[in-house]
Parts: sequence; structure tokens; C-alpha cells
Amino acid sequence: MAAAESPQQNPTSRFEPLLRAFLVVPLAIALVGSCQSTPAGKAAIDLPDPSHSGPVNLPPPQSGLPPDPMHGQKEEAKGYAVPKPPLSKEYWPCSDCHNESQPPNRTRRELKDDHTNIHLHHDEANRWCLDCHDAENRDVLHLASGVTITFDESYRLCGQCHGTQFRDWKSGIHGKRTGMWNGDKQYLLCVHCHNPHSPHFKPLKPEAPPVRPNLIR
Amino acid sequence: MLTEKPETHSCSGHAGESSPELTDEAAAQKLSMSRRNFMKHSAIVAGAAAAAACSAEDLEKFTTHRLREMTQPEVKALLKRLEADYKKKFKKDVDVRATPAAEGVKFGYALDLSRCIGCRRCVHACVKENNQSRPNPDGDRNNPIQWIKVLEMEKDKGIDLSDANPYYNPEEVPREGHFYMPVQCQQCENPPCVKVCPVQATWKEPDGIVVIDYEWCIGCRYCMVACPYGARRFNWAEPNLPADQVNTNTHVLGNRPRPKGVVEKCTFCIQRTRAGRYPACVEICPVGARKFGNMLDPKSEIRAVLESKRVFILKEDLNTQPKFFYFFGI
Repeated sequence: MAAAESPQQNPTSRFEPLLRAFLVVPLAIALVGSCQSTPAGKAAIDLPDPSHSGPVNLPPPQSGLPPDPMHGQKEEAKGYAVPKPPLSKEYWPCSDCHNESQPPNRTRRELKDDHTNIHLHHDEANRWCLDCHDAENRDVLHLASGVTITFDESYRLCGQCHGTQFRDWKSGIHGKRTGMWNGDKQYLLCVHCHNPHSPHFKPLKPEAPPVRPNLIR
Repeated sequence: MLTEKPETHSCSGHAGESSPELTDEAAAQKLSMSRRNFMKHSAIVAGAAAAAACSAEDLEKFTTHRLREMTQPEVKALLKRLEADYKKKFKKDVDVRATPAAEGVKFGYALDLSRCIGCRRCVHACVKENNQSRPNPDGDRNNPIQWIKVLEMEKDKGIDLSDANPYYNPEEVPREGHFYMPVQCQQCENPPCVKVCPVQATWKEPDGIVVIDYEWCIGCRYCMVACPYGARRFNWAEPNLPADQVNTNTHVLGNRPRPKGVVEKCTFCIQRTRAGRYPACVEICPVGARKFGNMLDPKSEIRAVLESKRVFILKEDLNTQPKFFYFFGI
């Protein structure tokens, strides 16, 4: 307001309206802009602050125990009530085998010794295991930035490439919701419906068709 | 004024009262009873006989109001009577509610045609949830009812309802070159079915659901003719609903077991949605193609669809204004 008062010291100035416009308009824009950027204006389902995750979120690898699945997750999971990821009981935790005894082999290759049941059909020409799985700690995934995330947050990994689907998933358009339309909703992770190694939705056997009216007796 | 003529035939009741050798005219004169009086008296006698023959419950049913005009105690009495009827019929406790519409709620539904694979999980979940009549080929009269119909159409032809096939049954869906369009009650804002009902047994609730009063429906099926979406079904026979398959969570205007001779249809699972839950078809859909919510809530999924996708409605030119939207999510 102090800036706006300055032209009033010289009320005879014929440039007053112009000056006022020059001084007040930018001030107003700045004020409105600062209001919009306050955290209160953000939607509850906004992406978590990237500073929130990062190396500090690494689960303790040395203990040999599976990481706390909710580690680093409590803040981010607001609005997404996601169930546990469908990790294979046979293989999880990955660090049972992928530990100090088995140093990571970073050479891109076809897997012949183990995991032969996994047939990558997901941009396989350009990607392979360690693009998503973390070489240093197999119990976590990593984003393109190198930031590691737990399997519970795998939607962040998928959302890197599938941005439109991720946006729709956050607003409830993509994927299934169960629960209450006006209350707690159960989200699903991408991997509950899409096999991450072969994500195309598999065909299903249809349920019985209706009876034709001419066959109703 | 009716005039008594010698050739007039008499009904048996009148003949029985007169001596056999007298003609009808003579008998009428003898009893000094006009035809009008006779009809009046016999109607009273017949009415009294009928009232005596039926139980107090039947009489109550006959003299009841339509649900919309009932007072709270009358609704309560109706629910109690229905629950007792179902207890007798199915040998289990069926919970019948009359939950009213919530304030500030207008339900909307959206279906993503690029996701739907035509697996018919929704059709059968709906049958189970809403106590629809099951197929009964060995019964006297088969009366299978499904509120949702999934149409299979060719991608080359686009949406062509006249050439759609609801009876597809391949080993696996989706079939190459085909897409699927489930159709159910569109819950129109301007419902033609409501306009034609001669007894006002069907109407639009404040939250937008078009409902049917099964106690008041006379089964004339005008509404079925009026509906441009073929969404209404008629109970041609006593519904075949095995007691072990009854869903006991019911609403009086929704999925409570219906009698023979009434029309029924999708109610957006009124028994679930008025309790805050999603409809059964939304929860069963394996591809998440079905979206449901309050259109007046800016944060709801349905609003997200309406604001960010290009939705369309079926037969827009009829000005029925459905609250059931279709869209292609990809």
C-alpha cells in the first residue's frame, strides 16, 4: 500500500492513473500469486514432496529383515489407501538371495539361472530389470532420478512414464475404487491389475450370456 | 335412466331370490327393487364377503397408501410387514430399509468404454446384489432377469445399437475387433418412464434415482415401452429367488424381493449408495471401467470424469438427460 500512496503526494500529476496502474497491478499480481502458492491451496492427493523420500528412506539393509512396508509411506499415503503389493511369497524378501554373497551383475542379459518365469514384455527393447529394481538393495525400487522407493509406492515408478494414467489414477478415474463414494476409498496399486513385467490386461472368460427371449418358456 | 325390459337377463343372485315361476320383470316389481338398487346391494354383499374371506393383513395391503404419501409410522408398519413376509417366505431375517435421499447429493455414473472388456462380471454381481430372479428352466415359467445388458459391437461400425449383440459367448473377451457397451437404467433427469405411469408408481428421487413402488405398480408395462434404453424388466412369473441366495440388506424401493407382476430396474444399488457405498457393479468391475459419485461434490470421481474426459450420453436427441455417461478414457 505504501507504494500505491506515492503518487498521491503529487495529486496534480496527470500521470497519476498511469503510475497507479504501473505500481498497483504488479503488486496485486504478486499478492495473488503468493496466495495461490501456499501449501493450503494444494490438493490432498498431490504428489509427495520429493525431498521427503530419498536416501534417508532406505530401509535398513543390514538387518536382513524385510523393510517396514510403511516406512516413509505414512505421509505420502494420504488419500491413497493402497493395499500391500502382491509380492511373491516364494521370492520375497529379495535380499534373502540378493545379499553380500551375491554381488550384483549389472550386465544387461537374458536371465537363465533364475526368474526364468518372468518374460519381460514391457518396452523390453529399451529396458531391463535394473531400470526399476535397485541393484544395491533388491528390496526396493528406484526412480529414474536414483531415488529409491519401497514396493508400496510403486505407483510413483509407473507414473514416471505413464503420466496421464497416473494423473487419472490419482483423481480416481483410472483403476478400480472400492469402499465409500463419500468416504474412505480403497485404491489399488498399478501392479494389482497389471503385471509389471507384462502389463497388458489379460483376456477373461465372460460370464454366462442372458437367455434369448425365444428360449424362455 | 335404465329401463326394465322383459328380455333383460338377470344374474343368478337375483333369480335365486325370486320364485322360479315368476318372470324377471315380475320379480323385480314384486321386490320393488330397481336394477340400480339391486347392483348396489349385491356390491355391498360381495364386498363384505370378500372382506370376510381375506385376512386383516390383506385388507391392510388393499387399503394402504402409496409409499410417497405415507407418514413415518405407516412406512415403519410397511417395512415391518414386508420383513415378516420375507421371514415367512425365506426363513431368514431380511432387513428392509427406507433410507431417504441425502441433502446435496445428485448421483452420477460414468463408464469407460475403452476399458470395458465385456466380461459380464457386473451383470451377475448385480443379479446377486439386487435379488433378481434367477433362471429356472425346470420351473413352470422361466423368469430370468438381469438389469444390465452388455452389448458387443464392432469397432469398424462404431456405436450401432441396432446391430449390437448381447448374446456373445466366446472363450475369452475382448474379442478381436469388438468393443463392449453395458447398458442399464440411465437414471434420466427427464425420465419418460415416469411420465407415462398411469398410477404414479415410479418417480425420480431427490438424489436423482428413479425408483418404483412395487406395492403400487399395476404391471401395465407402459414404462417399459416408454424407456428408450430398454432398461426396465417385468416379472412375468413369481421370481425364482432361492432362499440361500437372498441378499438380506435391502431397500424398500430397491432390491427387496419383488412380487410377480411388477416392473423393476437398476436403482444405482440404492441400498448401498444411500449408505455411502459404491454400487455392486462398480466394485466388481475387474478393469475399473465404472465410476460413480456425487455430481455436486467437486472432489468426486464423477466430477473428475465430467471435467477432464469427453463424455457422451445415449440417445441425447430424446432429451431424457441421463445421469449415466459414457467416455473413452484412452
